[in-house]
Amino acid sequence: MDKFSVYSARLVEKAEYFACGHRACQGCAEALAVRLVMKALGRNTIVAMATGCMEIVSSPLPTTAWEVPWIHVAFENASAVISGCESGMKAMMRKGKLPPKKINFVAMGGDGATADIGMGQLSGALERGHDFVYVCYDNEAYMNTGIQRSSSTPWGASTTTSPAGKISKGQYTQKKDLPKIAIAHNIPYVATACPSFPFDLMEKVEKAAAIQGPAYLHILSVCPTGWRIPTEEAIKYGRLAVNSCVFPLYEYEYGRYRLTYRPTPILPVREYIEGQGRFRHLTPEDIDAIQKRTMAEYDKLVKLSEEG
Amino acid sequence: MARPIDEIKWQDLEIGATVSEHGSSREYKTGTWRSLRPVVDKEQCISCGVCWLYCPDAAIKRSDDGHFQADEEYCKGCGICARECPVGCISMVIEED
Repeated sequence: MDKFSVYSARLVEKAEYFACGHRACQGCAEALAVRLVMKALGRNTIVAMATGCMEIVSSPLPTTAWEVPWIHVAFENASAVISGCESGMKAMMRKGKLPPKKINFVAMGGDGATADIGMGQLSGALERGHDFVYVCYDNEAYMNTGIQRSSSTPWGASTTTSPAGKISKGQYTQKKDLPKIAIAHNIPYVATACPSFPFDLMEKVEKAAAIQGPAYLHILSVCPTGWRIPTEEAIKYGRLAVNSCVFPLYEYEYGRYRLTYRPTPILPVREYIEGQGRFRHLTPEDIDAIQKRTMAEYDKLVKLSEEG
Repeated sequence: MARPIDEIKWQDLEIGATVSEHGSSREYKTGTWRSLRPVVDKEQCISCGVCWLYCPDAAIKRSDDGHFQADEEYCKGCGICARECPVGCISMVIEED
């Protein structure tokens, strides 16, 4: 557990690359995730960001919250643009027009930009093997435009386009397993992280940036506005998601799975679901069904990590 | 930034909507959004820095005496610091004015 203790907070990089004054909602864990990711990446970073919450809140003209070169691109092509940046810089370094230097190329997007709209381009960039990191901030719906469901929305969640009512139970499909899709591309590094576990998150970002070749990071970012929870509990719900195995923290490195955190004891899913407004219509039977599925998924993961 | 944000007109923007000054969002004070203000009890504070680490707005600064305190100009008053403080030395009080 020592690794996850946050009492060594003062050992963390002091510089802020995601400046204050950005317009994220109060208690936005996604803004916290961006801040921690940028702390881990450091100064030599180029970011291409797809449209989404973090793009909107960080760059209302004529201001920007970014301290590194940053480009806003359309919903679908963050990974395509960063591929071009990486290839271009590589060519210029080869021709001696730029001094050789290790630069972190990072594409960022929300779950809508990754799971729905940018899926094809992400797949292409992973397949071409560019040396970049893709960071997906998963807040489980299109929060920026007013909480519309995405394919990353979990089963049973009520959103404005999958409202719960007399007949509907909210979102009727299961959450798309994006890390597994990235793993299927046979890339060197895939990991899941959550800002409620900041040291684990920063360690994974550093690893992803250091590895030669594409890396994919999936970060669960609690959204108090869309999940209908009090703003101060954003960190708590991230922790509950991990401790109830709804969002297990693991990494996949050169073909090997490793669970980076095994919750003991595993909390019932009920504790995670109960306090959230988007799940309040669910009956005990529905929660049991979610519990069953969650544990089945987690057991699969434990088996994979034991196989090595 | 040379001028306050509300004085900048569209003619002043650079071509391609480029923003050449990094971190210029600091000009925009998000502290005005706040309805609750975090107050630190310095007697109890162990200066661990957990509040600083978890602040989504990077609004917590370390003061000269080693304690961590929210920057009134940027703190949005979400209450994460008060919730996560391991010794519970931060309380949220209603902003009066």
